[in-house]
Amino acid sequence: MTADIGTWLAAFLTLCIFSFLYKDNPFYKFAEHLFVGISAGYWLCYHFWNTVKPNLYDNLVEKGEWQYLLPLFLGICMLLRLFSKIGWFSRWAIAFMIGSGAGIMIITYLQSNFLEQIKSTLVSLDPAGSSWTQVANNSLLFIGVVTGLVYFFFSKAHTGITGGVARVGVVFLMICFGASFGYTVMARISLLIGRMYFLLHNWLGVV
Amino acid sequence: MRNLSSGRSSYSYWLSVHVLALFLALLISGECSAVATPTSGIRPGAPINPSVKDRPNDEGGAIEITWEASFDDTRGRGIVRSYSILRSTEAVSGFEKVGEVDSGRGRYLFVDDGVENGKRHFYKLVSQTSSGAISEPCIIGPISASAQWFHSERWNMLIALIIVSASVLTFISMARKGRDLYIRPIAGLQAVDEAVGRATEMGRPVLYIPGILDMDDVQTIAGVAILGRVARKTAEYETPLTVPVSRSVVMSAAQETVKEAYWDVGKPDAFHPEMVRYLTDDQFGFAAGVDGIMLREKPATVFFQGAFYAESLILAETGHSIGAVQIAGTAMTSQLPFFVTACDYTLIGEELFAAGAYLTEDPRLLGSLKGQDVAKGLAIVFILIGIILETAGFHWLTEFLTVN
Repeated sequence: MTADIGTWLAAFLTLCIFSFLYKDNPFYKFAEHLFVGISAGYWLCYHFWNTVKPNLYDNLVEKGEWQYLLPLFLGICMLLRLFSKIGWFSRWAIAFMIGSGAGIMIITYLQSNFLEQIKSTLVSLDPAGSSWTQVANNSLLFIGVVTGLVYFFFSKAHTGITGGVARVGVVFLMICFGASFGYTVMARISLLIGRMYFLLHNWLGVV
Repeated sequence: MRNLSSGRSSYSYWLSVHVLALFLALLISGECSAVATPTSGIRPGAPINPSVKDRPNDEGGAIEITWEASFDDTRGRGIVRSYSILRSTEAVSGFEKVGEVDSGRGRYLFVDDGVENGKRHFYKLVSQTSSGAISEPCIIGPISASAQWFHSERWNMLIALIIVSASVLTFISMARKGRDLYIRPIAGLQAVDEAVGRATEMGRPVLYIPGILDMDDVQTIAGVAILGRVARKTAEYETPLTVPVSRSVVMSAAQETVKEAYWDVGKPDAFHPEMVRYLTDDQFGFAAGVDGIMLREKPATVFFQGAFYAESLILAETGHSIGAVQIAGTAMTSQLPFFVTACDYTLIGEELFAAGAYLTEDPRLLGSLKGQDVAKGLAIVFILIGIILETAGFHWLTEFLTVN
């Protein structure tokens, strides 16, 4: 068993969080409040030293680049929420952030979620020299994508032929979700193993 | 004698000036000697046909230098080990090394990406041997870097953007003129009113979580839009609403949205800023905090609408354990399986974005949803045509859709 105080503290907090599996209790509350409070403080410092200082202060004060007065102004607008009478100024900053974010992301999404997806689906259904499994794979890809797209078509009710095709799309989606679920659960179990190893090896030293 | 001497001196002076000028002109135009000058006996041949140009289709700050292999690279005496690239703002002095390229190829490209936009630069290119002997220098330039407004190899993106935008704007215009635009029923959204009503009947609060990303993410924007509708219902029914958030800007936007909803239904006094609580930016700190809220406040209805990561199952499982009705919606494909498993209703992918239009019936949102349906229809047509072409051995459509 280790004599390191840090390991003891980490083990205690790990057990406090694990105690949630039984029910809500003072140990879990303590660990939860500690976690939320410390992480909030940590991220405040992180954002100041990694965002405000290098991106705003250094550029504005050290380099004298006056265009950074605009983000400074928008940042002050956000802080004006503290005063109820002029708190509406923060809407300008929020509007700027949402508008610029959507404008920038439209190009990214159009490329990665639209053109690239279409291009990746354009496969030959009879590739020269390929086995029947390759033909089956390509056919499944084609059917899965088209029926999935029909499912996400909102302008027509899922009745008749459209409903049948959409149902096939749902089947493809659920198979995909099942595979993803199993894959992620395996990853989570590896996290649990890591934590158990910490308790049994680093703390207790029994393995 | 003095005059004669003076005349010779003047003649020599002008001859020297002309030779120097000719030498500089040759250097600046890039016409450096390609043949080894036998000063030390092992001096290698200079790089051939060097050229510089501003790197196309970029945000500036980069210059491309190209050249062909020296006669002594893989051919000739084979003594060239590498090529050094030096940069200066003047044609004859002040050169500093910016890179080195190993020999062994026929043609070379070096990108100097440390250049200031709009500033004139000259480049000196020399080949060198392993013993340190260098060739006659090639000086090329001047050249300056600049940013381009349009990426000349992305016409396909522009065409796609114009088609999608035009269809969206057309349908928005139609919706504003009062044209009835049909949207099919979405199960999870039809349950929103029922879920809020259930919380009212049970006398317990509604918990709404708009994801863990910031307001520049479209899923968070969609989540906050749906929050507006949920807040209207909680205001009408006078049901307590709790909105924990993990980003400060989301807190501001969510507070504004909830406040507006309470004003709209004529109950501004029922609104309290504390309904929207900032917990922490930390992913699992936020998950721990929300779990605590769930266990202590015991909400009857929980909404997960936005972007979620690994905390999704932790939150959904806790909500399930307290017996809450849970309606989730996210476009994070890796988290959807967990919500499908643990929640009563799940808005899958684009259904989350459709929710805002469906619930509010805002002409702008309805129009954009219908416009996106046109884009999906076009995608199906492209896929059908493209697969026929690929099967027939034609690849031009695939090449057209390739984004550089």
